[in-house]
Amino acid sequence: MQIDLHTLSIQPLRQGFDHLIRRFGDKPASRYQEGSYDIQAAENLHYRPTWDPDQELYDASITAIVMQDWYALKDPRQFYYSTYTLTRARQQDTAEANFDFVESRGLIDMVPAELREIALNVLVPLRHTAWGANQNNAFICGYGFGTTFTQACMFHAMDNLGVAQYLSRVGLLIGDTEALAAGKDAWLNGIEWQELRRYVEDTLVLRDPFELFVAQNVALDGLLYPLVYEQIVDRFLSSQGASSVAMLTLFMSDWFDETRKWVDSVVRIAASESDANRDLIQQWTAKWSHRASVALRPIVQLALNDSADDVITKELVSFKARMKKNTIEI
Amino acid sequence: MSTVFIAFQANEETRPIIDAIMIDNPEAVLHRDPAMVKINAPSHLVIRKATIEDQIGREYDLQELQINLITLSGYVDETDDTFTLHWNN
Repeated sequence: MQIDLHTLSIQPLRQGFDHLIRRFGDKPASRYQEGSYDIQAAENLHYRPTWDPDQELYDASITAIVMQDWYALKDPRQFYYSTYTLTRARQQDTAEANFDFVESRGLIDMVPAELREIALNVLVPLRHTAWGANQNNAFICGYGFGTTFTQACMFHAMDNLGVAQYLSRVGLLIGDTEALAAGKDAWLNGIEWQELRRYVEDTLVLRDPFELFVAQNVALDGLLYPLVYEQIVDRFLSSQGASSVAMLTLFMSDWFDETRKWVDSVVRIAASESDANRDLIQQWTAKWSHRASVALRPIVQLALNDSADDVITKELVSFKARMKKNTIEI
Repeated sequence: MSTVFIAFQANEETRPIIDAIMIDNPEAVLHRDPAMVKINAPSHLVIRKATIEDQIGREYDLQELQINLITLSGYVDETDDTFTLHWNN
């Protein structure tokens, strides 16, 4: 008996969901596209919220930024639930290993006492700043529009919670629970921290989700992360012999590098939509980055004393250069 | 002119890679077979790490190509940033 084998190519009747085919053409969609596009509830929102009858429950006009299609603000990292959790789980493993390494070898005890003091004074109160960033990003997710934009903000909110936890653990490792209490006291009463605290508290009551995005993710984080983690931890503390602290804050440095790409892309796409958008983002960036640089100055001085001004000026220049690449001139 | 080609399994992972190859090689011709995608190109085909990274949104090591690679033809020239197939004639 003879058997002939034929290959038979069967074309699927549908390559993907209709709404994705309308957007991207008749081809199979990626998981990111399936999990992100046209998910936002936009129609048949029956009742206006009693707490603000002027807006719909989900309303693109809460922000002054106007986008024809909010889904244009896509995430270059293409994070949806699965890719996001896998990526962060890997980073969490690395961070755990670093904490273990530092702890088991008693590396913190080898750091000179005055550097340990500086690390505590600068890093521990920042856990309250990170909590503010968590709240703010959850707000943007709640009141922003378009899943590609808002889901990334929710991830960002959770990341900030993680940052706050890492900072708490640094505090516990170096100075036990007293360090956390001292950090909270500094945050509430320390003269160096009040300007930053005012900044965070002012952002907590911003109503425009996109202005909040600029104030928190663009301006404050855009200056705080390079100043604290690059300049103070990775450069100053490491060069003085406290490189074990840099091991403990590795996640923050990596995370800033990664999320910066997303923040830049959101700003660039929103600004390229219209000149009105660009003007608004420009105003907001100029206003908030100025305030952020003033608020961060006393904190940088805690570690760098006299050279703080030079370092801040330098970081402001590179922040401006970064914004210029996003077509934002400040 | 001789043809170089590369064939991948057709799956979720290779889709953005194939898109990247088609972006970088306008002269390449794509054949979709059951469970396999074969890309032919006249004398020269380049796969760029940067283009793939744009498509998938994360860092990519070109050696990850091997996981879904079925076959290829042509001299292979491999660096950290590019994977090139060509004929020396």
